[in-house]
Amino acid sequence: MAAPHVSMRGVTRVFPTQKGALHALGPVDLDLRKGEFFAVVGPSGCGKSTLLEMIAGLAPPSAGTVEFEGRAIGSDVPDGVGVVFQENACFPWLNVADNITFGLRRLPVAKDEVARRLDYALGLMGLRDFAAAYPAQLSGGMRQRVCIARTLVTQPRLILLDEPFGALDQQTRLLMGDELLNLWRATGATVLLITHALDEAAMLADRVAVMSSRPGCILEIIETGWSADRDSRIVSDPAFGAVTGKLWGLLRDQSLNALGPAA
Amino acid sequence: MKAPLALIVLLLLLLWQGVHMLAGPDALAPPLQTIAYLGAQLPTPEFQAHILATGSAFALAVAIAIAGGLAIGLATGLSQTATEVVEPLLLAGNSIPKIALYPIVLLLFGIGMPAKVAFGAIHGVIPVAIFTMSACRNIAPVLLKSAAVMRLSRLDRIGSILLPAALPEIVTGLRMGFSLTLIGTVLGEMFGAQSGLGYLLMTAIGLQNTQVIMAVTLLLVVFAAGVSTALLAYERRLRSRT
Amino acid sequence: MSRARRIALYQALAVAIPVLLLEVACRVGLIQPLTMPTPSSMVVGLVEILASGRINAAILKTLANVAAAFVLASVAGVALGALLHRAAPVRRLLEPLFSTYYAIPIYAFYPLFIVVFGLGDAPQVLIGFMLALVAVIVSTLNGLDSVPRVLIKTARVCRMNAVQTATQVTLPYAAPHLFTGVKLAAAYSFIGVIGAEFIMSQSGLGYEIRFAFDNLDNQVMYPLILLILVVSVTVNFTLDHWDKALRARRGAAR
Repeated sequence: MAAPHVSMRGVTRVFPTQKGALHALGPVDLDLRKGEFFAVVGPSGCGKSTLLEMIAGLAPPSAGTVEFEGRAIGSDVPDGVGVVFQENACFPWLNVADNITFGLRRLPVAKDEVARRLDYALGLMGLRDFAAAYPAQLSGGMRQRVCIARTLVTQPRLILLDEPFGALDQQTRLLMGDELLNLWRATGATVLLITHALDEAAMLADRVAVMSSRPGCILEIIETGWSADRDSRIVSDPAFGAVTGKLWGLLRDQSLNALGPAA
Repeated sequence: MKAPLALIVLLLLLLWQGVHMLAGPDALAPPLQTIAYLGAQLPTPEFQAHILATGSAFALAVAIAIAGGLAIGLATGLSQTATEVVEPLLLAGNSIPKIALYPIVLLLFGIGMPAKVAFGAIHGVIPVAIFTMSACRNIAPVLLKSAAVMRLSRLDRIGSILLPAALPEIVTGLRMGFSLTLIGTVLGEMFGAQSGLGYLLMTAIGLQNTQVIMAVTLLLVVFAAGVSTALLAYERRLRSRT
Repeated sequence: MSRARRIALYQALAVAIPVLLLEVACRVGLIQPLTMPTPSSMVVGLVEILASGRINAAILKTLANVAAAFVLASVAGVALGALLHRAAPVRRLLEPLFSTYYAIPIYAFYPLFIVVFGLGDAPQVLIGFMLALVAVIVSTLNGLDSVPRVLIKTARVCRMNAVQTATQVTLPYAAPHLFTGVKLAAAYSFIGVIGAEFIMSQSGLGYEIRFAFDNLDNQVMYPLILLILVVSVTVNFTLDHWDKALRARRGAAR
């Protein structure tokens, strides 16, 4: 079996608070295969975003190790990793084209190559007519496309998505999901998607990890068994209902825990 | 919160002492001597007469500034068009060096109480108006819609929705208005008065009497900072509710 | 008529009507010429004074001092604000000082400045600088506070260092707030310098007004007051216009 693309061993995260240490996450052991689409679902507050930030090098683990391509991740974001956040991360003072090439312009990439990748990303994300527009003129879905395009053009080998469609309406989410699958197939990158939406995880991922309520641990990893050329139409497949049903079966108790004793 | 306040006062006193030692006693009286001098002056009838003169002028000026500012702010803040028309004018008025208008105030009111009250009020009224206006505009529309749904009368809307919702920002305006009115009143006394702390200050400046300058300045700073801090605490308490 | 035009018209009326009333009141003798000359004669007087060139030196001196105070306060204010934003304990210490700063009568320190810095331009510049500085610092802190964490994270994902993050992410994001600070700095520098000149100085526009006032020379005093009003309001409106253009591009969302 090939070496895992991302490997986490005994990863734990403890936050110091005024009332003492808060055990937020772990211990987590997790391997991501190269080129797979992996999703993590869990109740709110289970530390799934923290998990992503530790892989990104944005937050150091309190204990345990995280490796990407066989190298330990320190307190910096490793080369070859792209991150898309839930919040609007567009720079309001830059137009769409400049937003998309923001990270790329900092890499040793020739000018015409920057232009070529920008053009490709604009086309893929349906932003060609908006290259000169400013983020304030765009809808939430369009802004999130800009952020995805910004990650895409740096050609990351690992794409981390932290609730990327959390702020969007349901129809837009489904369509964006299709675009994400296209992008995944086109780039061959490993994708890690953090989400609270079961259907999103079930539709997009090859494997879905279900996390427990705090301290978040991985309860089970479910193989969805979809073919690589899937799209959002699989939501009408009976097997899709079976996958989401299984996920909800695992998550229901955890979500009740997270909601607190009153619920 | 308490510790930093004491620390900053201590640091300022040290800075004062340091500047005194560097610049010499001709430039700046030392802190302890100034405090002792102020303590000795406070009980004297002459000094109290000056405080009374400034205090009464300031009280009147601040009342006028607040009443005028609230009236302008509420009258215009409730209408989108009125706000758009008046706000740039108020901001421009705020950027004018008001001291240039002082001769006009003196010519209109003559030397004495009315002139310093007017000059103090001129300084304070615009900030109160600007903050009140902006407070009205920043009220969440859903609150006003809720008031309409509950079929509140116009008066009730202002009394139970508008003012409570706008209060924190209005208090910010009052704090600014208070400080600027005090400065305006004292400035007014520096030229057009025969009594008051500003008059005392100006005479001392003329005579290069740094002890009096620093004593009066200290008194003004302590008073202004004290009231301003109290208003700020009240403002924070109001804001923490929302 | 478009809405923007209608508002501009109302604004023009809000200024023109009181001026007209003043003109009428002066002409019918409601206001004595010894108190105030007619607004129209102020304009004529100002044109004459400017054409004669006899106060050009004073105007230049004042504008140079205002410019010096403004530039120093803007640069130092943004730099200090950015530093304080990173040094949270120092910021907590200074915050009470900032919030009561504008209650302090800074002009009272003027004699001290004269003793320390002499009778040149430095004391006037320093007063303008001190009035303007804290407004810029506070606006810079507000601006940096408003930067969303996600943009800082994005900068880290782009592997940018602290200086790159400051110059390419946080300061550009905070730009509208910084501009508010700069706008205040322009007004406060002007207020500080003119005030200092008025109180005790031997040159500059503030001094000229004081001199004319002491000599009951309304024919000079009122045109000069008009000049100060026109300059400060023009600067304010110009900066306001740029501010609006800057914000419009970013959308009304912020």
